[in-house]
Amino acid sequence: MDLKTRALTKSIWVFHVSVGSCNNCDIEILDCLTPRFDVERFGIQLVGSVRHADALLITGAMNRKAVPRMKKIYAQAPKPCVVVAVGQCALSQHMFRDSYNVGEPLDKILPVDLYVPGCPPKPEAIIAGIVKLVNKIRNKK
Amino acid sequence: MDNMRDKIKEALGNKILEWQENSSKRIYFTLDKKDIFETVRFLFKDLGLRFSTASSIDTEKGFEILYHFSFDKAGEFYSVRVLIEDKKHPQIDSITPIFPGAEWIEREIWEMLGINFIGHPNLKRLLLAEDWPEGDYPLRNKHEP
Amino acid sequence: MSHKVIVPIGPYHPLQEEPEFFQLYVEGEKVVDIDIIIGYGHRGIEKLSEGKHFDQVAFLVERICGICSSSHPYAYVLAVEDLLGGEVNVVPERALYIRAIVDELQRIHSHLLWLGLAGHFIGYNTVWMWAWKYREPVLDMFEMITGNRNNYAMFKVGGVRRDIKDEDIPILKKTLDELVPAVDMFRGAVMDDPVIKARLKGIGILTKEQAIDWCVVGPTARASGVNIDVRRDEPYGVFDRIDWNVIVEKDGDVFAKTMVRILELYESVSIIRQCLDKMPKGEIDADVKDIPPGEGIGRVEAPRGECFHYIKSDGTNRPIRHKIRAPSFMNVASNKVGAVGGTISDATITLAAVDPCYCCTERVAVIKKANNKKIMNGWDLIRLSQEKTNKLKEGLSNARDK
Repeated sequence: MDLKTRALTKSIWVFHVSVGSCNNCDIEILDCLTPRFDVERFGIQLVGSVRHADALLITGAMNRKAVPRMKKIYAQAPKPCVVVAVGQCALSQHMFRDSYNVGEPLDKILPVDLYVPGCPPKPEAIIAGIVKLVNKIRNKK
Repeated sequence: MDNMRDKIKEALGNKILEWQENSSKRIYFTLDKKDIFETVRFLFKDLGLRFSTASSIDTEKGFEILYHFSFDKAGEFYSVRVLIEDKKHPQIDSITPIFPGAEWIEREIWEMLGINFIGHPNLKRLLLAEDWPEGDYPLRNKHEP
Repeated sequence: MSHKVIVPIGPYHPLQEEPEFFQLYVEGEKVVDIDIIIGYGHRGIEKLSEGKHFDQVAFLVERICGICSSSHPYAYVLAVEDLLGGEVNVVPERALYIRAIVDELQRIHSHLLWLGLAGHFIGYNTVWMWAWKYREPVLDMFEMITGNRNNYAMFKVGGVRRDIKDEDIPILKKTLDELVPAVDMFRGAVMDDPVIKARLKGIGILTKEQAIDWCVVGPTARASGVNIDVRRDEPYGVFDRIDWNVIVEKDGDVFAKTMVRILELYESVSIIRQCLDKMPKGEIDADVKDIPPGEGIGRVEAPRGECFHYIKSDGTNRPIRHKIRAPSFMNVASNKVGAVGGTISDATITLAAVDPCYCCTERVAVIKKANNKKIMNGWDLIRLSQEKTNKLKEGLSNARDK
């Protein structure tokens, strides 16, 4: 485990991408910033540009229009970058799997490091997932 | 509020091919598609009904479009039914020139079913991607995903 | 150490060539034209619906939009019940009250959510934090009644899936009581703060004629003097048995749209209180088994306006056609006239004022009309909007100090 990745875990800067979601997961992610959950005290911050991102938080069932966009965004993210799939749609496309307008599932396009299930996952679940991921990265030899 | 029904029946006369009342608030009437522009103009401008949306379906007899108008004062819905029998080159007059609120739904019906709206000011893709294959209309019955 | 944190919301991409949601064409500071491109959320739900049976469709439509998560299933079950002979003839009375409670709680959470976002866009992050903080108890109420903060899975054809326990009612009422002072605070803030007023008044005006021509619905329409509300026009559930008011303003600007939503919060609290008091004992589900052939239309007043569902059945256990028209479909299109003529620093709040699904408003690009070159993205626009507020604040405090 290289120094860069370990350093990333000290204060994760997160970039949020929605690829065809109903917004529930997006709202719950934003909720993590609000007073009740307040993730900024853990050093977790949402950033406005993918070039500053340590982690990509991806929601949505992968709408066809969004596939090339998703690939471009991932290419732009400075590596190492962890990819977090938030919500059932990002995990497995949920009930939209058979739709004519969804492309391949997220983890066929990018390597996913963390899956947070739920529809939508509660903020506690999202935070717990990130903590799990951070611990995993730190404990890896 | 039978007034509205009477006004419509009186003005349209025998343009109305069929009149169906599913309930006191749900009125459906069928017209020939050539009468749609004048009828919508009458319903919207003269009677002041609010256009709620339009729905379309691929049936054996042709493409059916339902234009749903709301008479808010009475909570009634007047849905105008037209049938487009020619499935090879389906087309109908656009109602967007009457009011801009119809622009998006006609674009959606065009890209989902392939019906051409004659006189539409901006008939281009609304929901599907730019590179969606031409001639592939998701809501037509023989569509395979 | 204080540092200025601008928290971006939504999917950004700094690439020039990407298609954006709203393309604003500008000449200097002024927006002269706007192109609206949607479809990023299109998941083919109407087609998917044809493959599911009537019970499953309710779960599917819940996920059309996460924020109005109860409006779509409510409109859908109303469409099927319309086919069956009408909601009041099919659904037991207790279920009607439970439906109203869930629906109005959803209105409260949605308006508070919007208030927070609007606050963020004009640079009042405190408003954002407080609005969403007071949204949490509403989500707690949902969790208590339905088991989930979002996606309630409450509506089914013929009734609701879960009951409200008697012992929960005092807690629900207490939480509602605690909400009212918070709404008072927001109302005071919006009405009394000169900077907020300056940011919202006269901005993004949609005249009554435009509101009618673009067929807008909900608070967007009511703020322009168009007096429509499905709960009063075609009462569903128990809205004809409860005392409540339709809130209408006439100026059509962002301020009017804000006031409509804030005042609707009070109405929703009152409606829920009355429902909790009047709710009779009894069954919550009519256990509908077969859907005969026919057509049905169902509509509810979602937080954003009239939500319309049309169902066609051929007597099998699946719909052969399901047409869904969300309120934002009509409202967002009206930005073509609402946002044009304003300045780019006001663009974000104007686009947000019709209350689309939130990530829509960030997907904005500003294009210089003369050479068709993109000069700004959504994040820049939010920053511009927040800077305008700061300038106004400085201006005001300078005037005071003189």
